[in-house]
Amino acid sequence: MKWHEKSLTELAKALQTKEVSSTELTHYFLKRIAEMKGLNAFLDVQEDLSLQEAKHADELISSGKAGFLTGIPIAHKDVFVTKSWKSTAASKMLENYISPFDARVVELLGQNGAGMVCLGKTNMDEFAMGSSNENSAFGPALNPWNSAFVSGGSSGGSAVAVAAGLTPIATGTDTGGSIRQPASFCGITGIKPTYGTISRYGMIAYASSLDQAGPMGKSAEDCALLLNLLSGQDPRDSTSLKAQEIDFTSLLGKTWVENADLPLKGLKIGIPEEYFAQGLDAKVRETVQNALKKFEELGATCISVSLPKTKLSIPVYYVLAPAEASSNLSRYDGVRYGYRAKEYKDLNQMYERTRSEGFGSEVKRRILIGSYVLSQGYYDAYYLQALKIRRIIAQDFQKSFETCDVLMGPVAPKVAWKIGEKSKDPVEMYLEDIYTLSPNLAGLPAMSIPCGQSQDGLPIGLQIIGNYFSEAKMLQIADHFQKNTNWHLQTPNLQSVEGAL
Amino acid sequence: MNTEEIKHLAKLSCLEISTEQTNQISKELENILSLVAELQSVDTKGVEPLFHPISMIQALNQPLRQDIVSETDNRSNNMLSAPISHEGLYLVPKVIE
Repeated sequence: MKWHEKSLTELAKALQTKEVSSTELTHYFLKRIAEMKGLNAFLDVQEDLSLQEAKHADELISSGKAGFLTGIPIAHKDVFVTKSWKSTAASKMLENYISPFDARVVELLGQNGAGMVCLGKTNMDEFAMGSSNENSAFGPALNPWNSAFVSGGSSGGSAVAVAAGLTPIATGTDTGGSIRQPASFCGITGIKPTYGTISRYGMIAYASSLDQAGPMGKSAEDCALLLNLLSGQDPRDSTSLKAQEIDFTSLLGKTWVENADLPLKGLKIGIPEEYFAQGLDAKVRETVQNALKKFEELGATCISVSLPKTKLSIPVYYVLAPAEASSNLSRYDGVRYGYRAKEYKDLNQMYERTRSEGFGSEVKRRILIGSYVLSQGYYDAYYLQALKIRRIIAQDFQKSFETCDVLMGPVAPKVAWKIGEKSKDPVEMYLEDIYTLSPNLAGLPAMSIPCGQSQDGLPIGLQIIGNYFSEAKMLQIADHFQKNTNWHLQTPNLQSVEGAL
Repeated sequence: MNTEEIKHLAKLSCLEISTEQTNQISKELENILSLVAELQSVDTKGVEPLFHPISMIQALNQPLRQDIVSETDNRSNNMLSAPISHEGLYLVPKVIE
C-alpha cells in the first residue's frame, strides 16, 4: 500500500478499521525518511520515540478512545520546541538544545492531545530567516522535484517532507511567506491563518507581531483537519485570540451560495493588479491566469482591485522584522542555554564571540539592521514610518474586501531557483517575497495551493488571501478547485532525485 | 557606512565584527538601507503606526491571569542545556572586579 499518497481522512479510516496500525504507518514513514535522507528534510529523527508514540496511539485506537487523527504521523518544523527531539531552529546557536517543555502546537497534537505521532523535526532557514532554506546551519533541504533547486523557505524541510511523501502532513510557520512560498515551490498546500489563531507558545521567536504557525499538507481538506486541532486561545500567549467557534471543515463541499448550479457561483475574486505587474515570470503569470479561468468555470467572477503599496511591503517588512528580531534574539547570550564561545577574556567578549560564532550571516545581518532602525536618530524615520505604512497596507486590504470575497494571485514571482543562485545578494532574495509579505503585515490569513508547473516541471502555486477569520471559506474555495483539478495530486519522481543525490 | 558606524552597530547588537569583515558588511547593509530608503517617499501625516495586527481586528487588551502559581519548580531540567553550570548556578566570567 502506498500510504504516502493517502489523504488524512483515508489514513484515519484505515486506522479505525484496523487495515493498518499506527506502528505500521510510523515504520513506513520512518523508512521513507531514511531512504530519502539525502533530501535533508529532517534535522532530528528518533525512531524509538516515534514508535513509542505510535504504540500509545494504537492502544487508544483499540480502547476506543482515539480522536480522528490519532495515530497519524506528523513532522514539526524545528522552530517548535520539543522535550524529546532537539530544537535547533537550524542554528549552530542551538545545535544540541533540548527544551524542558513542548510548544503548544506540539502539545496539542501529541500524546496528551490529539495522539498524532511525531516523526521528527524538519529543516528550515536559521531562525526562520530566509526564502530558500539555504540559511540552515545544517545545509539546505533539497527540492524533491529537482534536487539542484531550492525548496523555498523558511519552512523548506516541512514542504519537502510532505512533497516527497516522508510524512502525511507537517507544521510550519509563516512570518513573511515561510509557509506559502515553500508550499508553492514544492507543490503542496499550506495555510497561514489569521494572526493570533494558533498559540506561539514554544515557537522560537523571530518577529513576534508577524509570526504565525499553520499546517502544510497535500490538500486543503488535510490542512482544514489539522487547523481544527491547532486553533484556540492559549493563556501562555497573550496575543492568541479567543477560539474561533468554527469547524474549518464545515464548509468543504458546500456550494458558495446555497442551491447554486455551480459550486462557486456568486464568489467574487479580487485580482490585485500589482500582483501581475512587471517582474512576474511569464509562465507563472499564464499558469495563475489559467487557474483563475478554472475558478470562473466553477462559477466565480474575477474583478480587478488595487493594493497600491504592494512594492513597499518589502521595505516595510525588512525594517519591522529585523527590528523585532534584534530584540528577540538578544536572549542568545551563551549563559542559560545554547552555544558558548570557547575563548574569551571577559563577559562582554563572551557575549560577542558567542553570538558572532553561533549565528549565521543572514541572522547577523538582520540583527544589525534591526539595531540600526531602532537606534537613536533613526527610529522615527525607519521604524515608526514603516509601522505607519503597515497601517496603510492593512487599510488597503480592507478597502479591497469591500468589493470582493477573497484575493488571488501568484505566491512568488518565479518558480524555485537553483541552489546558490541568489545566496550572494541578500537584497535580490528579499525581492522574491513581494507577494507574500503584505498579509503578514496586516495579520490576514493567506494560503498557497498548487496550480501548475513550469516548463522544467517545477511546481507553481496560487495564493489565496482572505479577510480576517475567513479560513473556512478560503479552504472551501481551495477545496472546490482541488476537487476539479489534479495539480495537488502530482508527485515528484523521486527515483531521479535519488540518483542525483 | 564607515568603520566607526559599523563598530557602533556591532556594539549595539553585541556582535564581534573583525576589520576584514567590516567592508563586506558595510556594503551589504548599505544595499539593504537603500532598499528601505523608499519608505521616506510615502506621506504618512496623520497615520497612526500599526504596532500589532490584532488592533486591526479587535481592541488590544492585555489579558491578566490570577496571581497564583501555575508552573512547578523545574530548575534542574531548565538548567540541563546550560553551557556551564555548577551546583544549580550558571557560571559566567567575572562581572565585578
